[in-house]
Order: sequence, then C-alpha cells, then structure tokens
Amino acid sequence: MTSAVDLLAVGKRYEPLHAGASAYEAIEDFNLRIAEGEFFCLLGPTGCGKSTVMNMVAGFELPTSGSVLAFGKEVRGPSSERGMVFQSDIALFPWLTVEQNVAFGPNVRGLEKNEIARIVDENVELVGLHKHRWKFPRELSGGMKQRVQIARALANDATILMMDEPFAALDAQTRRRMQEELARIWSVKHRTVLFITHDIGEAITLGDRIGVMTRGPRSKLKEVVRVELPRPRLNMTPGFVDLYNSLEQTIGAESEAMLNE
Amino acid sequence: MSEAASTASQPTVERWRDERAVRNISTRPGLIYAIVAAGTLALWEGAASLTIPILLPPPGDVARAFWKGISDGSLFTHIGASYFRILLGWAIGCALAVPFAILAGRVPLVRLVLDPYIEFFRFIPPIAFITLFMIWLGLGELSKVSLIVYTAFFTTFLNTMAGAMSVEKERIRAAQCLGATRLQVFFKVIVPATIPYIVTGIRLALGLAFMTVVAAEFIAAEAGIGFLIFNSRLFAQTDNVFVGIITLGLMGFTANWLLKVILSRIAYRYDVKL
Repeated sequence: MTSAVDLLAVGKRYEPLHAGASAYEAIEDFNLRIAEGEFFCLLGPTGCGKSTVMNMVAGFELPTSGSVLAFGKEVRGPSSERGMVFQSDIALFPWLTVEQNVAFGPNVRGLEKNEIARIVDENVELVGLHKHRWKFPRELSGGMKQRVQIARALANDATILMMDEPFAALDAQTRRRMQEELARIWSVKHRTVLFITHDIGEAITLGDRIGVMTRGPRSKLKEVVRVELPRPRLNMTPGFVDLYNSLEQTIGAESEAMLNE
Repeated sequence: MSEAASTASQPTVERWRDERAVRNISTRPGLIYAIVAAGTLALWEGAASLTIPILLPPPGDVARAFWKGISDGSLFTHIGASYFRILLGWAIGCALAVPFAILAGRVPLVRLVLDPYIEFFRFIPPIAFITLFMIWLGLGELSKVSLIVYTAFFTTFLNTMAGAMSVEKERIRAAQCLGATRLQVFFKVIVPATIPYIVTGIRLALGLAFMTVVAAEFIAAEAGIGFLIFNSRLFAQTDNVFVGIITLGLMGFTANWLLKVILSRIAYRYDVKL
C-alpha cells in the first residue's frame, strides 16, 4: 500500500522569545507512516504536541529536523491536497452562506460554474445540510457548523483530510451523532484521515489505528495500536471496553508523570 | 466581490423576532422621536420665556429665521457648501484609508514604519492643523476639503487597520488549505473579515467630518453652516445661530441615515450592527 503521510524523524523546536531563555523541544524523533485510505487517530494528553504534529502535516509550520512527506513529496506549505477541519467554528467564513463556504475551495481553484454547483450539491447533501444551505454560519448550531467544515473540506477532493479535535467543543449527544456521521461519510468517501483527539472512545469508534503520544516536551509516539473491531463500532462491546481500558492506562501514565514533574 | 455559485434562486430565509420585541415600544422609533421632539420644544419655549431673545430666542423666532433663510435661498447655499466639503473630503479620505490600512494591518514592516506617526498624530485633533492647511493650500475649498480628507483618513485608517490585524489565524489557514493563493486570501478573507471595522471607521469619520467642517468655516469661508453661525454671532443674531446649529444636526442626521440605508444592504451578511 502507498503511504499517504510519512513523518521521518521529525523534530520541532521553538526558539526562545528572549535571549538567555532556553529553546522548547516540542517534538523529537517522531516517526509515523499513514497508509492511503487509512483513518489514523492521534491520541494524547493536553499539551503533548498533537496539534504541532498536525500543523506540520498541514504545512502551517515546518519541522526543524527530519521531514514530513505527503504522498512522497516534502510538505512545504498548506495545499488543497490536504484538507483541514478545525476544532473551532471560527474557521468558517461567517460572511458566506453554508453553500458559499462549501464552494470556497472549488471557487479559488477556478473550477467551472456547473462543476462547482454539482460539488456543492453533493457535499451539502452528504452532511445533511441541504435544508440549511442558504443560512449563515451564525444561524447554525455547533454540530451543524462542524458539518459545514467537513463538507467544505470534502468539496475540495483533498487526498488527505486532517481533523483537529473537530467535535471537542460539542455537547456529548451531538458529539456521538457526529462521530457516527463521520464514520458513515468516511465509508462513502474513503479518504486518508489524520484525526486528533483526546477522547479515547472517539478514537476507538473512528480509527483504523490509534497512535498514543508521550507527554511534552520532546513528545514522540509511545505506541500504535490497530483497532480490530468490526464497524460500526458500538460503545459497550467487550472488545471496545478492553481497548478503552488499556489506552486509558497508557495515557493515564503520561498524565500522571506530567503532574509529578 | 464575486460570491460563490448559487445552484438555485435563493429563497427568503425566514428570520424571527421575539413576540415581546414586537410589542415593545422601542421597536417604534418614529413614535419615540416625535415625543422627544415635542418635549424638547416645550422645554425650550418655557426656558425662553424666562430670559431675553438675544440669550435664548424662543422657537417661534428661530422658525421665522429658518423661513427667511429658506425663502431667500441663503440657507440652501450654506447647506450645499458644507455638504460638498464634508462629503467630498469624507469620501476621498475613506477611499484612501481602506487599502493602506489593510496593507498596514497585514504587513508588519509597513505597520512598524507608520506606527510612530500614528501614535504621534492620534492625539492631535485635526482642527489643530487648520492654520497650517490654510497657509499651505490657501483660503479656498482646497484647504477645507483637505482637512476633512485628513480627518476621515485618520479615523478610517485606525479602525480598518485594527480590523485587518485581528483576522483570525484559523480563517486564513482554512483558506490556504482550500487552495487559496496569497492574493485570494487577501481579497476573499482579509478584506471581507475587515468590513465590519471599515463600517465603524467610516461612520465615525462622518461624524468627525461634521466637526471639522464647522471649525474650518469659522476661520475662513464665504458660505457654509460654520460661516452662518460665526457670522450671525458677529451681528448678535442668536436666532440665526440656532438655525445653523439645528441645520447642522439635521444634516448629520440625514447623512447618517442615508449611510445606514446604503450599509443595510451588506449589514446582515457581515453581521454589522448599524
């Protein structure tokens, strides 16, 4: 299988703001390979550098050592090849309606008008927002706004989809619904997904594989587990619970070590 | 700005308001304005009866002075002269300020170069420059309009720059991930995100333009509301001073109302409170 994302001995070091202070090594010797079409969940305690890893895959930040590859090519900046769903809905364009937000990518890429209309229809329909397509983001609920973000990223036909805790700000019921929705959408549109979360249940529900990160500084991958459970995955099945407990222990050890430092 | 493709003709999206809000008297501004105006006139009449017309002319005297100005056309000359200076200066000032301010808000080097000037001049009211402008540009229209250009420019610039600086990083990143080039990020994200700040800037600028024009017309003018007020003072025509002040208020009210009507076309989309 082709690899979609490769992180090879990636390090990210932040220089100090003031002379005399020491630099911060956020990530060190981070190695990861995500196969094409794989749903990979990156799990870790807060402040462990999950978002730094994603920012480097997105191209918002460049690694200070090692290299980040997308389909074998070095990532040098953001690209429409790598779509992103942000945690916060401020990433939507509030002056554009739902359909105009979804059309943004195809528009800036200069697609033909009929083609754009078709893409918008398809993706607005896919995330179940056809009744709300003429609304502005501020007229939507939190869950609907994240649907717009998903549709907007999908409309661009990105080969890699990055999601940075997209459901973290939603209430528990809505989050559950959105996870099911995303699992359904992913079964329709099979994309390579890098999904960041600190919610263990979410990672098990969605991921093909789950990578757990160590605490910062100098974070790296602590372990990677393959989720062998059949889809759709239900919360309380024995396999789910076992995996949940084992992951909880792994992360718990990191969090505890962080508190004791 | 080109909007995204609509696939069908857009239906009216229904929007609601609270039932109490419908019954609330504050949803009927016309009625409230009428009551306030009547109350003011009554108070004014009462106060005027306690003193002499040269200190406080009663509403009737002012109404007669108004009528005189209207019937001989002189009031319209003054209104026209002031409006011309205000609107021309304001329009030029705003139009110049917006592009430079967005650039300054987005390019740190430009901002750093301009910063000392901005921090220095922001404490100097534009009318402090009247004399200089007249020495440099003469006593005619040029100096007065230029002063208003400066006034409008500065206010619009400060607000617009603040807006351009505060565009959320996520929005820019989202656009980049969707394939937007630098130029597209500028015109399709930065500019629209700055519009609410631009609106605030140009509305403040309009108010300040009214203040500046009166001061400029005090110093040197053959026509204009400022001239009317200052000239009437010289001849102790207090009723005409009132005519000038009231006219100015009405002019400002009208200009602001017109601007609001024009801006209301974009207000909902950009979530601008008018």
